[in-house]
Amino acid sequence: MEFAELIKTPRVDGVVLRRPFLPTVEGTLCLTGHHLILSSRQDNTEELWLLHANIDAIEKRFVGSLGTIIVKCKDLRVIQLDIPGMEECLNIASSIEVLSTLDSVSLMYPLFYRPMFQVIEDGWKSFLPEDAFKDLESMTEEWRLSDVNKDYSVCSSYPPLVAVPKDVDDDTLRKAAAFRHGGRFPVLSYYHKKNGMVMMRSGQPLTGTNGRRCKEDEKLINATLRAGKRGYIIDTRTVSVAQQAKARGGGFESEANYPQWRRIHKAIERSSILQESLIKLVEACNDQSHSMDRWLSKLEASNWQTHVKEILTSACLAAQCIDREGASVLVHGTEGTDSTLQVTSLAQIILDPACRTIQGFQALVEREWLQAGHPFQQRCSQSAYSNSKPRCEAPVFLLFLDCVWQILRQFPCSFQFSQHFLVLLFEHTYASQFGTFMGNSASERSKLNLSQKTVSLWSWVNRPQEVERLSNPLYEANCLVIWPSVAPQSLLLWEGVFLRWKRSSRCLDEAYDEMVHIIQYNKELQNKVNNLRRQLAQLETEEAGEKED
Amino acid sequence: MEHILTPKVEEVKLLDRYTAKKPAIGTLYLTATHLIFVETSCNTRKETWMLHHLIATVEKLPLTAMGCPLHISCKNFHVAHFVISSERDCQNVHQSLVRLSQPGKVEELYAFLYNPKQDEDERRNGWGFIDSAMDFKRMGLPNEFWEMTDLNKNYELCSTYHSELGIPKTASKGTVFGSAKFRSRGRIPTLSYYHKESNAAICRCSQPLSGLSARCVEDEEMLQAISRANPKSTFMYVVDTRPKLNAMANRAAGKGYENEDNYSNICFQFVGIENIHVMRNSLQKLLEVCAMKSPTMSDYLTGLENSGWLRHIKAVMDAGVFLAKAVAEDKASVLVHCSDGWDRTAQVCSLASILLDPFYRTIKGLMVLIEKEWISMGHKFTQRCGHVDGDPKEVSPVFTQFIECLWNLMEQYPCGFEYNEKYLLEIHNHVYSCQFGNFIGNCQREREEILYERTFSVWPFLWENRHQYRNPLHKCSLGREVLRPSTLPLNFKFWCGMYNHFDKGMQPKQSILEHLVFGKYSDRLTYSTVCYVTALLTVFTYVLLCYVMFTQYFEIAAKGASTASSYTLGTPVFVEFFPLFSADPLKLCQVGWGASLHNYFQVSLEMFNQVQVRALAGPLKDIQRLVPKPLLHCLGTMLGFIRPEYLVSHVLRFL
Repeated sequence: MEFAELIKTPRVDGVVLRRPFLPTVEGTLCLTGHHLILSSRQDNTEELWLLHANIDAIEKRFVGSLGTIIVKCKDLRVIQLDIPGMEECLNIASSIEVLSTLDSVSLMYPLFYRPMFQVIEDGWKSFLPEDAFKDLESMTEEWRLSDVNKDYSVCSSYPPLVAVPKDVDDDTLRKAAAFRHGGRFPVLSYYHKKNGMVMMRSGQPLTGTNGRRCKEDEKLINATLRAGKRGYIIDTRTVSVAQQAKARGGGFESEANYPQWRRIHKAIERSSILQESLIKLVEACNDQSHSMDRWLSKLEASNWQTHVKEILTSACLAAQCIDREGASVLVHGTEGTDSTLQVTSLAQIILDPACRTIQGFQALVEREWLQAGHPFQQRCSQSAYSNSKPRCEAPVFLLFLDCVWQILRQFPCSFQFSQHFLVLLFEHTYASQFGTFMGNSASERSKLNLSQKTVSLWSWVNRPQEVERLSNPLYEANCLVIWPSVAPQSLLLWEGVFLRWKRSSRCLDEAYDEMVHIIQYNKELQNKVNNLRRQLAQLETEEAGEKED
Repeated sequence: MEHILTPKVEEVKLLDRYTAKKPAIGTLYLTATHLIFVETSCNTRKETWMLHHLIATVEKLPLTAMGCPLHISCKNFHVAHFVISSERDCQNVHQSLVRLSQPGKVEELYAFLYNPKQDEDERRNGWGFIDSAMDFKRMGLPNEFWEMTDLNKNYELCSTYHSELGIPKTASKGTVFGSAKFRSRGRIPTLSYYHKESNAAICRCSQPLSGLSARCVEDEEMLQAISRANPKSTFMYVVDTRPKLNAMANRAAGKGYENEDNYSNICFQFVGIENIHVMRNSLQKLLEVCAMKSPTMSDYLTGLENSGWLRHIKAVMDAGVFLAKAVAEDKASVLVHCSDGWDRTAQVCSLASILLDPFYRTIKGLMVLIEKEWISMGHKFTQRCGHVDGDPKEVSPVFTQFIECLWNLMEQYPCGFEYNEKYLLEIHNHVYSCQFGNFIGNCQREREEILYERTFSVWPFLWENRHQYRNPLHKCSLGREVLRPSTLPLNFKFWCGMYNHFDKGMQPKQSILEHLVFGKYSDRLTYSTVCYVTALLTVFTYVLLCYVMFTQYFEIAAKGASTASSYTLGTPVFVEFFPLFSADPLKLCQVGWGASLHNYFQVSLEMFNQVQVRALAGPLKDIQRLVPKPLLHCLGTMLGFIRPEYLVSHVLRFL
């Protein structure tokens, strides 16, 4: 075990921990292979357990022999450790630096973690594609589950099983796959029960500069259209970006070859720009200056809210095409693993009440993100504080969660889960003891044999006490389509993530508890009232009976 | 009525402000008080009402293919875009509205027409509902340091102040009058808020007429007296809420600010809130941002920044926080002024009071505060709100800013306030609507002359409807806590509920507040009726229980040959349950009143249910016959305290 070599000083006494809005704690700092632990060793022990994987960057400062390490976490928290002794401090800092940037997958914590709770239901088996398909089968017979990708040879980022139109054979799929970026041929994303319309997703078509076409691809997507009906292709890139893609062999569906489809371009930015945006936003939130103009201009310059608006608008458009226009939709961007998934998953939140339940949302994340091949490991290996040059990092999933929060804020009674669930998912995508978000695709996860070697996040979330904690007390099942407002005035900065460590949560927590209390009390009262009503009605009938006698 | 050229126009289109949705078609009516648009294009009869006095601007745009556009924007930020097919009709409506929305005289305002079917006594009593003098008593005045004086009873000392002023005991009449001569418009330093815990006070005044070098011994004595009234502190703050540059410019005009060398032990401070003209322009820009058709996020945020609005809100809040901190932490008194001491000073003093004193965070407390700091201290509502045709340069959203600061505080302290956002919006609306007399006139003296005689007060009206304004999350347990809000810029939000209040599409589609108040019962009335009947049944049950015990008592008493004490039974019952019967039924059911009744009578639940069932079984008028008079009397007294409308609908039917 090579961890021991990396830890030069495993223990330092007299370390002072400072966190915003919390009292300072003095105690012993311990470094383990995966954790940074601070314990005050008193009766009311105040402990810090921090995964190294959660550490995004550290800074060192020295005043005399007192060293200070500022630890910046991927969940955007910033804590300060005052360590007596220069050598200890340097040792600790260098160990943290190394341990928090280990690249080797085999050393990752989920592979070492043993659950301290009883697994009631194995999360790895909770949301199998076969089960999801059974639901689909009960609604329509026009689709089949194809195992064309069973050895991941057709498309490395797709799962072994995908839903495709019944009339299209595997051979056609293989050919269509060759015509789509990353082999991501169009597959079913969502079936709208109300009118039988569907949403599909794919990678961009590889038309290139000379306008290559592929009859099989055309056949595949046309198979989803009803006779005489037109469909919509939502390209998440602007026209000019899509045009430029042609030079690199990509492109978009031309009107000539896809006459039954109307193409609409949206403007969701590429992932590298999103990462920059996150860094700027977090920087703006950490600005301690008291100038309002500076804050607003930094917030504007970060463009974060612009992305939120753009993604939500695109999702609304997709939902509108399906629900209002009664048309089928194909969504893609370039690779079909980022903006595409944001749009398809948000459209489902809008359209499908099932996605607004705790179980349904997990299923959505599993289906539209994990199975659909969003490269979590690449996207989430660094967060907003990291000094190293970003490679493939991007807060694509965080933006999705932000958009869900926006809808949740506008429809506070329509979601079974509260914002806590969204924050929890955000945390676990960046650092986790669970294997769920490890790897970049289903094939990587199966190669690593994660379902055997690690615990699933869903196993933990679906325990009754955790479900209770994540539930929204205001929830009342709402079977309607929910249309969020995308006006700038209606979209707020997600305080639960970005301002979480910037202010005391006391008053807000108190309000939340009070709310829960009132709702419980209301329920009790309603029961009482119902009882009394019943009693009254009973007495009235009795009285009426007596009179007749 | 002579101003209405066209009382009715048909086939008018009401456009959606933001989207290209199909416009609503309907009929436009002009009445003496309102503009009413009745939609005829949909099956449900949808109406849009706009009070003439709320209209800020009416704009007739050049003729288009659709017809003649008419843009109306109101002071409560309601905006409507009509298209009238005939240009002539449009011209007439425009002309009428311009005249109707800008009455020439105060007497033409809605308040003088408004008659809510109350008799003269009720109207008169209504004006006494909120008494700012009582608030000084609540703070513990008079005490050994402060007293209430009537030196201004004929408004000789200061024409824009209230007649009763709080001043330090040690300040002689000569000092007060001398100081008045040295202060702009005679607005002497007077008590705004007295903090019992620390003996520190917040006082307010206008700028001194110091010019470049003038000084006034009496004014210096006056400040000295204020400082001495807080013996534990060695100094006092003097806060000028203006930017330093503005204050310096005033010196050239013979006004200015206090010279620290002339006043002993003062700590002088500028806080830099801009003047009314800057605020007016800033709001204008903000409203332009709100009116943008499908703006990008960047347009919106840049517009928000360029308007400077949130910067001003933060400046006001910062100043309020500074004051509260000075009083609560430094335990030092503060004297606040701006130029005339009726705009920025009012904002800052009232905010500080809210931070310091939980009373002002209650529904009634906010009424008292507005009455005390704004109405009685001469905030020029008529001019600032542009109630009548006048100088547009005097119009400024000073009060709106105060209300917005308050909303920002409520966002930070969701449990800290008894009232909700709706209450703030309702007050703001009434400040501009002129339906009631409170916010008409520029000072107390003007109001005394006509308003008290002819108009109604808004406070009893709001109090009647207080159940709508309750914040279900309010916790009294916060006690006497001083609020210390964070004023980092990221804590200030654009108030969509105010500036886009009428654009329902932008608001959250479900309300947590309503969910909490009414639970699953969307039909509020059913819910409260049921609660009420429950409450009533319990009362009857206890009357019956009393009766049972009473008859036993009578039996015993008959043997003992004494019935003298029979009437006294009502008293303890009455005292114990008084709070229950004065509360509204919904609240009643939430405070666990059932348990306290059980406790009081020490009755088991089974026995209670048994009696209740018996009570229900027999017609209630039989009970009346059975129950002896003293008990009925007691019941009658109790019922007298239950809100009248319920009494009529339920109780009388039963009895």
